[in-house]
Amino acid sequence: MDKLYTDAEAALEGILFDGMTIMAGGFGLCGIPENLIAALKKSGIKDITAISNNAGVDNFGLGLLLQTRQIRKMISSYVGENKEFERQYLAKELDLEFNPQGTLAERIRAGGAGIPGFYTKTGVGTLIAEGKEHKDFNGETYIMETGLKADVSLVKAWKADKEGNLIYRKTARNFNPMMATAGQVTVAEVEEIVETGELDADNIHTPGIFVQRIIKSRDLEKRIEQLTTRPRQEG
Amino acid sequence: MAWTRQEMAKRAAQELKDGYYVNLGIGIPTLVANYIPDGVDVTLQSENGMLGMGPFPFEGEADPDLINAGKQTITELNRTSYFSSADSFSMIRGGHIDLSILGAMQVSQEGDLANWMIPNKMVKGMGGAMDLVAGVKKVVVIMDHNARDGSAKFLKKCTLPLTGVKVVDMIISDVGVFVIEEKGPVLIELAPEISVNDVKERTEADFFADIGLL
Repeated sequence: MDKLYTDAEAALEGILFDGMTIMAGGFGLCGIPENLIAALKKSGIKDITAISNNAGVDNFGLGLLLQTRQIRKMISSYVGENKEFERQYLAKELDLEFNPQGTLAERIRAGGAGIPGFYTKTGVGTLIAEGKEHKDFNGETYIMETGLKADVSLVKAWKADKEGNLIYRKTARNFNPMMATAGQVTVAEVEEIVETGELDADNIHTPGIFVQRIIKSRDLEKRIEQLTTRPRQEG
Repeated sequence: MAWTRQEMAKRAAQELKDGYYVNLGIGIPTLVANYIPDGVDVTLQSENGMLGMGPFPFEGEADPDLINAGKQTITELNRTSYFSSADSFSMIRGGHIDLSILGAMQVSQEGDLANWMIPNKMVKGMGGAMDLVAGVKKVVVIMDHNARDGSAKFLKKCTLPLTGVKVVDMIISDVGVFVIEEKGPVLIELAPEISVNDVKERTEADFFADIGLL
């Protein structure tokens, strides 16, 4: 089966619909599928439930889909960099489900691994625990969290081969590997596509079974949110 | 004389022990990395998927694929490893991180922490804070002792939504250091020229004072 598509729009053809659930990888603007988000915006589909650690910034990342009001609900751990998000939420134009970051990562991992629920200490005694099953193990209280799946997962990797084996780079990995496992269809946007056999089989981060469609990124911006540097020492 | 932010960070750095794996929160906690005592080797974890965090890059060498949890560009060390968010929180939730230093809006005398939400006002989210306080072995809070309007932040009970229940082990504020024990909080150190009475006036929580035994 040929998994390679010419561009982001072609890779999303036939798998998008109003009201769907979409996972998008990335931490802040690091490791986000830029081309696929742009194509999602262009598709014009509405009422998306978006599962992503963050909501981008006002004019980049998932923030683009907030501007066009294509997202109805977000499941995230932190949205502090996005003023439009805060405005839409406080005006009740947008649903928001906050998940602790580790709980979000594990819910996605569980969803992809066929595990419908698990128990965690995170959030016990807080708003997060309200309405959830509590259970004691060895004298400590835990709450039950459920696995998450998506109709489509959009992930960003560094390299892929034609089988869909993926390698991520540095901290751009973040949520991408779990999301790749949890999509009914997973589309990978990568910086380089190599011939099958060229990647070191011992160093594949996401095995190709989890990836159905692949595109090569065009005109990646890779925007930096907080450029922090130190001066070079004299002499 | 109340401690400055730098002095609070310096005091917090004394809690770092050789061989520790440490997660530093955003803000003043990040400054702690500048005061790691000589002869103490610690490995910094960043919850977005990195163990062994290096300093900021030189100008012109920032890599957009290499950031910390505050989204700042950073560098790697020769000990560095990268991993997914799920593996990162296995380290955190699984009790493999020795120390977490984070900021607070409020702390209660029982060690409850509130640092993620002001209802109808601030909608940012908890990020990894709830996982960190639930899973890390020791939790140290660095905070200004009072809010900007002068109100107490160290309270009998938190009024803001909680991040965790009975999770704080130590508070370092600009007026002193408290350890939260089973019997209640104990004030163990004071900033210069600050008296126990000064601290009492600025604190709602009940606490014991045990200064000078160190």
